[in-house]
Amino acid sequence: MTVKEFAQKTGMKVLAGADSIEKEVTGVYVCDLLSWVISHAGKGNAWITVHTNLNIVAVAMLAEVSCIIIPEGIPVEEATLKRADQEGVIILGTDMSAYEVCANAAKYFEKVYT
Amino acid sequence: MDINSIRLHYEIPGDDFTIAGEASSNVKKMLNQLGIAPDIVKKTSIAMYEAEINAVIHAGGGEANIEITGEKITIVIKDNGPGIPDVELAMQEGYSTASDYVRELGFGAGMGLPNIKRYSDKLDIQTEVGKGTVVTIVVNIN
Repeated sequence: MTVKEFAQKTGMKVLAGADSIEKEVTGVYVCDLLSWVISHAGKGNAWITVHTNLNIVAVAMLAEVSCIIIPEGIPVEEATLKRADQEGVIILGTDMSAYEVCANAAKYFEKVYT
Repeated sequence: MDINSIRLHYEIPGDDFTIAGEASSNVKKMLNQLGIAPDIVKKTSIAMYEAEINAVIHAGGGEANIEITGEKITIVIKDNGPGIPDVELAMQEGYSTASDYVRELGFGAGMGLPNIKRYSDKLDIQTEVGKGTVVTIVVNIN
């Protein structure tokens, strides 16, 4: 499933990186410790984090996740969105909690964490 | 010196989180362009990113020098920061001296140096309290 399809099915908004929206999602990964994310997130995972600072774009690139999901309607800094657009990193926003995103994702991914 | 090697140099600005990771991201792009295997690119860029972030968080920045040959990638991150009083302690996962502000940004979990060790084939840390630290990371290509 692509990020576009995943976002549409779960009602998430595309906040940045719309040009890269056809990337394949392999599962979901939830973590807010950035060093843990870059060493443990699976390639192509959709990464859920409450962080919205610029560093999440670099971490997403290094971890090779398919997109970043910001839950609970947390506003994302303009500088982060701009950098994500420049680097082709997709950021999705949703009012759902991380748990609700995962519960939704479980309908579409047999193995959520890869 | 290998005349066929590629050398890159980056300044690492101190305490500027808006640019932190820029050098690692650029090196990653360069390695991809050179056609280096994806797992090697990932190892290298993660190890370098952690060292770069450490220089920003703890040492007020520094510089990165990278050499890429047919056999290996060598990354040297040098800073003029406070040095590491106890390297063995700093290598322990979970040990961190990062500030609350840095932790709020998602760093400072005490995983930086352990991650560098995990993703490098060779890690050397030369440090002197009050003078600075030189971290040398080698990732073999073959």
